[in-house]
Amino acid sequence: MKIRQIGAVTAASVLALGLTACGDSAKDGGSTAGGGGGAKFKVGIKFDQPGLGLKEGAKYTGLDVDVATYIAKELGHAAGDIQWVQSPSAQRETLISTGQVDMVVATYSITDARKEKISFAGPYFVAGQDLLVRADDSSITGPDALTGKKLCSVTGSTSAQNVKKKVPGVQLQEFGTYSECVAALVSKGVDALTTDNTILAGYASQEQYKGKLKVVGAPFSTERYGIGIKKGDTATCEKINTAIAKMITDKAWQKAVDDNLGPAGFKVDAATNPPKQDACS
Amino acid sequence: MGNGLTISTLLSAFGSTVLLAALSAIGALVLGTVVAVLRVSPVRVLQLLGTWYVNVFRNTPLTLLMVSSILGATFILGINLDPTSIKGNAFRWAVVMLSVYHGAFVCEALRSGVNTIPDGQAEAARSMGLTFGQSMQHVLLPQAFRGAIAPLGSVLIALIKNTTVAAVIGVSEAANLMQVTIENEGSGLSIFLVFALGFVILTLPLGLWLTSLSRRLAVKR
Repeated sequence: MKIRQIGAVTAASVLALGLTACGDSAKDGGSTAGGGGGAKFKVGIKFDQPGLGLKEGAKYTGLDVDVATYIAKELGHAAGDIQWVQSPSAQRETLISTGQVDMVVATYSITDARKEKISFAGPYFVAGQDLLVRADDSSITGPDALTGKKLCSVTGSTSAQNVKKKVPGVQLQEFGTYSECVAALVSKGVDALTTDNTILAGYASQEQYKGKLKVVGAPFSTERYGIGIKKGDTATCEKINTAIAKMITDKAWQKAVDDNLGPAGFKVDAATNPPKQDACS
Repeated sequence: MGNGLTISTLLSAFGSTVLLAALSAIGALVLGTVVAVLRVSPVRVLQLLGTWYVNVFRNTPLTLLMVSSILGATFILGINLDPTSIKGNAFRWAVVMLSVYHGAFVCEALRSGVNTIPDGQAEAARSMGLTFGQSMQHVLLPQAFRGAIAPLGSVLIALIKNTTVAAVIGVSEAANLMQVTIENEGSGLSIFLVFALGFVILTLPLGLWLTSLSRRLAVKR
C-alpha cells in the first residue's frame, strides 16, 4: 500500500516536472518578438488612466490602447488577438524582461535608466508635466505661481520629484494614485495636481469632472512616451517605428489624440507633436 | 546601484519607518489596553463600546483608514494635525491610524492574555476588597501582559511591516523611497531585495527576542 502511494506521488511529480518543462519551451517559442502566428499578442497598458489606458468592464479605451491596436495591426495581429495586460508603473520593466508582455504602451517615458533594462520604440507622443486646477481658479498659471499653494501628486513619481526640485517651498501631498489627488482637488483639499498633461487631460475629460477642472497648459518638462520592448530587439523596434510613422501620416494618430484627450479642451503641443521616432538601438 | 539609492537616503527612510513604528506601537499599546479593559469590564455599555471598536477597526483595511485620514478627516472635516506642513500632517495621521488599527489587535491579544488567568485570581482579588480598577492594575493586567507577549509580538511585527502603507499618503518612509528608486532606475529584483532585507533586519531579531521573552516571563502554573 505504502509503496504504491510513493509510486503515485513520484509519478505525479515527474509528470508535473515534464509539464513545466513543456511550458517553458512553449513560452520560449512564443515570445520571440512579434511572431508566434495566431498566438495572443500581449500588450501591457495602464488599466486605471482615463484617456490613456482605461479598463471599463471588458472595454479598453484611451490613446495608449488606440496606438497599441494600430501597431499590433501593422505587426500582423488582429485586434481580437490582443491580450491586454495590466502594467503598473513599477512593474513595466519586469513584465517586459520576463516576457510576460510583448510590448508596453503605458505612458512610458523614455529615460536612460530604463534603456539599460529594456529597449524603446517611438516616441509616439511627447507629453509634458503640467498642472490641473479647479476651473474657477485663475491664480495658478504655472509652476512659479505655486509658492504657498497645496499641490498633489503620486508617491515617488517623477512628477513629484521634479516639482520638489523646481519649487522647493511647495507643499506637496502625495497619494498612491491620481484618482485620490483628483478627489482632493475637487474637495478643495489641494489647489493643484501635477503630472503629465496627457494624464491630467484624461481626468479632466471624465464625465463626472467635466467643466470642474482645467489643465493650466504651461508644460515644464518633456516626457517622451515610448513603447517598451525586450532589450536589443531592433527588428521589432524598426517595425513599430514604421507603424507609428504610418499612423501619423494617415491621420489615425490625430484622430486618436482628439478622441481621447480632446474633450477637456487639451491642446497638443504642436512644436513637439507628432514626434519623430528615435533610431533603434 | 546608481545615484538614486544611497546609504544615507536608505538610512533616513528606514529611520522614518522606525520612528513611525515606535510611536504607533506606543499608541497601539495604550489604546489596545484601554479597549481591552473596556471589553472585560463589568459594565455592559463599556463592553459594547470595546466590541464595537474592535469590530470596526480590525475589519477596516488599513489603506482605507490612511487615505480617509487625509481625504476625509483633513480635507473635508478640517482636522489638520500639523497646519504648518502637509508632510507633518501626513506623518501624524499615519501614526494615529496605525495606532487605531493595531490597537484593535493589541486589545484582542490582551484579552487572550486575560483568558489565560484562572478565574480564581479575579475572585481572590475581589474578595480582598480590590475594586475593578485595582484588580485590573495589580492582578489581572500584569499577568495578562506576560501571557500575551507572543501574540503582542506578532502584532508589533505586523505593525512594523504595515508602516509601508503610510506611503499611500506620502509619508517618506522605506516603501516611499522604494517607489522613488523604482521610478528612477526601473524595477529590479536588487532594489526589492535591499528593502526586503531592511525589514528582515528590523523584524527578525525582534521576533527572536520576543519569543525568548515570552518563554522567560510566562506565568508558571
